[in-house]
Amino acid sequence: MSVDSMFVHKMWNDKELSKMVDGGVPFPMLSDAGGKVGRVYGVYDEDAGVENRGRFLIDPDGVIQGFEVLTPPVGRNVAETIRQIQAFQLVRESAGAEATPSGWKPGKMTLKPGPDLVGKVWEVWKTDMARD
Amino acid sequence: MGISCARPTGGPVGEPAEEKNEDTATVEKEVRPMVSVGKKAPDFTAPAYHKGEFTSVQLSDFLGKWVILCFYPGDFTFV
Repeated sequence: MSVDSMFVHKMWNDKELSKMVDGGVPFPMLSDAGGKVGRVYGVYDEDAGVENRGRFLIDPDGVIQGFEVLTPPVGRNVAETIRQIQAFQLVRESAGAEATPSGWKPGKMTLKPGPDLVGKVWEVWKTDMARD
Repeated sequence: MGISCARPTGGPVGEPAEEKNEDTATVEKEVRPMVSVGKKAPDFTAPAYHKGEFTSVQLSDFLGKWVILCFYPGDFTFV
């Protein structure tokens, strides 16, 4: 979503993005002329008249589980976004029985919060697991 | 959706943000951000371009699925 019209979205997709991605952009490119939606989401820059690089993860119930907002010159990390969705999906499927510690990615161990784990995380989780 | 030279627009859907008291006239004009983690994502409609077609998208149509909503500064920007 940006403040550009859907006509400009079409030109950007057809003339440039489709040269990067086979078949063009696979998801809807949304137009927010005037920044009305961006204001509600807190990403609209009134001075510049554009939207900052905001990314919101919304679960199947319509609840925001996470967001990140960057100023324009730095791009996102798509792999990290996907990792976060995988973590939120795991937690959701476990109905809160499992939690994903720092550095978790698919295949790595989760934590099972409960009375037995209090004060014992140091036994099962090591700090280097946050970075690998 | 009908296509004309006028720019189609969408906007937030549902109840507007709570009105402020009359003595806060300057604050009143702002749209207060209503987002935080663990809270409902504000619903909206927006005109869209998708696979060669002009269409309209409403966030709540995606209930039941995970959604990544991305804002960016503008088409033809570089990053």
